Amino acid sequence: MSSNSQKKGFGATIWDYMTTVDHKKIAILYLISGGFFFLVGGVEAMMIRIQLMKAGNDFLSAGTYNEVLTMHGTTMIFLAAMPILLAFMNAVSPLQIGARDVAFPFLNSLGFWLFFFGGIFLNLSWFLGGAPDAGWTNYASLALASEGHGIDFYSLGLTISGFGTLIAGINFLVTIINMRAPGMTYMRMPLFTWTTFVASALILLAFPPLTVGIFFMVFDRLFGANFFDVTMGGNTIIWEHFFWIFGHPEVYILILPAFGIFSEIFAIFSRKRLFGYTALVFATILIGFYGFMVWAHHMFTVGLGPTANAVFALATMIIAVPTGIKIFNWLLTIWGGNISFTVPMIYAVAFIPSFVAGGVTGVMQAIAPLDYQLHDSYFIVAHFHYVIVGGVVLAILAGTHLYWPKMFGTMLSEKLGKWTFWFFFIGFHLTFFIQHFLGLMGMPRRVYTFGADQGWDLFNAISSAGALLMAIGVIILLVNVVMTVAKNERVGNDPWGDGRTLEWAIPSPPPFYNFAQTPLVRGLDPYWIEKMEGNKEGMVYAEPLGDIHMPNGSIIPFVISLGMFTAAFGAMYHMDGHAWALPVLIGGLAITFGSMLVRSLKDDLGFHVTKEELIADNERIQREARALEGGKKGGLK
Amino acid sequence: MAHDTHDIHRSRTEFEFIKRKRATEMRGQLTSFAMMIFLTLIAFTLVAADFSNYLIVPIILLLAAVQVVLQLYNFMHMSNKGHGMMAFFMFSGIFVAFTIVLAMVTIVWW
Repeated sequence: MSSNSQKKGFGATIWDYMTTVDHKKIAILYLISGGFFFLVGGVEAMMIRIQLMKAGNDFLSAGTYNEVLTMHGTTMIFLAAMPILLAFMNAVSPLQIGARDVAFPFLNSLGFWLFFFGGIFLNLSWFLGGAPDAGWTNYASLALASEGHGIDFYSLGLTISGFGTLIAGINFLVTIINMRAPGMTYMRMPLFTWTTFVASALILLAFPPLTVGIFFMVFDRLFGANFFDVTMGGNTIIWEHFFWIFGHPEVYILILPAFGIFSEIFAIFSRKRLFGYTALVFATILIGFYGFMVWAHHMFTVGLGPTANAVFALATMIIAVPTGIKIFNWLLTIWGGNISFTVPMIYAVAFIPSFVAGGVTGVMQAIAPLDYQLHDSYFIVAHFHYVIVGGVVLAILAGTHLYWPKMFGTMLSEKLGKWTFWFFFIGFHLTFFIQHFLGLMGMPRRVYTFGADQGWDLFNAISSAGALLMAIGVIILLVNVVMTVAKNERVGNDPWGDGRTLEWAIPSPPPFYNFAQTPLVRGLDPYWIEKMEGNKEGMVYAEPLGDIHMPNGSIIPFVISLGMFTAAFGAMYHMDGHAWALPVLIGGLAITFGSMLVRSLKDDLGFHVTKEELIADNERIQREARALEGGKKGGLK
Repeated sequence: MAHDTHDIHRSRTEFEFIKRKRATEMRGQLTSFAMMIFLTLIAFTLVAADFSNYLIVPIILLLAAVQVVLQLYNFMHMSNKGHGMMAFFMFSGIFVAFTIVLAMVTIVWW
């Protein structure tokens, strides 16, 4: 943040964030809105667990339960996990490669606002006649029969937020290919940047099938097409294929950045370079490829025939190999390291057994004949929560602690962090471990209640108790955030003391231009190399100090997204024969395309930060750093 | 970026080298242009000669694939340096699309 931005009023700050194209501020926007949706999804999860706490409970009706369950899955995947990971990608990966911003700052902002309005649209369904109720997979035979507008909220909302994610993915690909600092070869990129890169490639290839599938769904439901309607010659299985061609890579889009965060944490807090860096990189790429060859393992019981099942079962089992390579490399990174058990490191260490447990049950389900037994039971629920909570959510919590100082310039409390960890970790295992056995005992997933004579009471009660512990953990984290923001104790460049990559070589939070001079990268872990050679500045420079070209902020991304949001309402209510719907649809699209036109016709060449301003800003940074070292307590306010 | 503007000064040898390289490139383009016309002629002949559809369709598809590759490499400069990443992504995309189409054809529509 530049020095003059600290004196802004509230309204000006809001306007600043609405128009920003700075990747660090967009990261904060992603974190806040992703965090908000994470809480919404969490409340929905608590409602599910309250409903299933005892036999024959009537806390939720069957219909409401379907809605809550659908929205829990959809919100957590599309609106919580992915945006929070995108927050870290935005905050960290341009810094890790020594870039001043992403390749397309304008598109970065557009991607965020599309996701945001898509998410709001989806959640407005609660207030406008009922949420989607066909499960997050939205299988066509259920979705086409669903009454009301729930499914339309799902399909239109995900179309809009899907555009946003696709834009973000393309942006990161171009950034990482084109904007690496001199010397930052592919095989010197930090692992988090690598996983961002591969996850972005997966976004690029996986989101189009989803968009196509959802488009067909929109046309089936709103405009009388029959792509999935069997009675009219359509094929309902096609939706399942489309969904899972997207859906399987999607879970890797989630888990790969999580792997990246943990790789950074293991290296930093073991004070060792990553063991088997090359193997980790190639394992990441391999997982990316395999992700596209296994989707039908979600559909073993559909009746694809034994040959298809066998092919997809084998392909699925192969994925265990690169994942295993990663696990062993992380273990060997810790082995013999000088370990410090900070909060991120505790999460990382806890992640390994949790994720392996989820992986092992995954291989069990890859055995097609066994899957006929496990399919649609709580065993599946336990499995995917083990990989997603035990992998992605632990990574998100760990990443929040690890990168909080880089994003906000303050440290989250380690003590409260440990409380969060223990509540969350114990609660997580308590909730989901026992669900494996519920599944084996025959409890089907997605049922809103069960009978007292079925013998599932105790295990469900235990599971609900665990969910309560997880909720307490998250609440402690919120308290931690509020207290940290209130205290506002500033920290220096490298608050963990053992940072290895370029982001730790610059102030926390970094100045808006990131690097006054582009760094020269001399190897893997460039900051560590400079530290070991006693370079006080933390980096060597690839260029002399000179003017920096920066992009201007713009409100246009917000307006484009608002237009699509408006148009979606028009498209949806057009079906009901409202006279106002068509003008709203056309008006919304007009806003969107009109603002695109404005953007195309109006040249915006950005501005230059002059050399003199850079020197002045550098003096300010030095002054603040000295003040920080002088009076460790309080520092500068 | 302001720092990235360079003046280009070429020595005599460099100039000669580039000239020779361009000549080679031009030769390649002309050759592939001729080949492409020839391939198109084959396609038309196949249809005109009234062979069985089971022969014509696969051969034309094969010729089309060859044409695409020639086009990409010789006219759209994929053979030049610095296109490795693009090639990698294109082939990844083709591979993924092929897997999906293959699976759809064999297990949904067969």
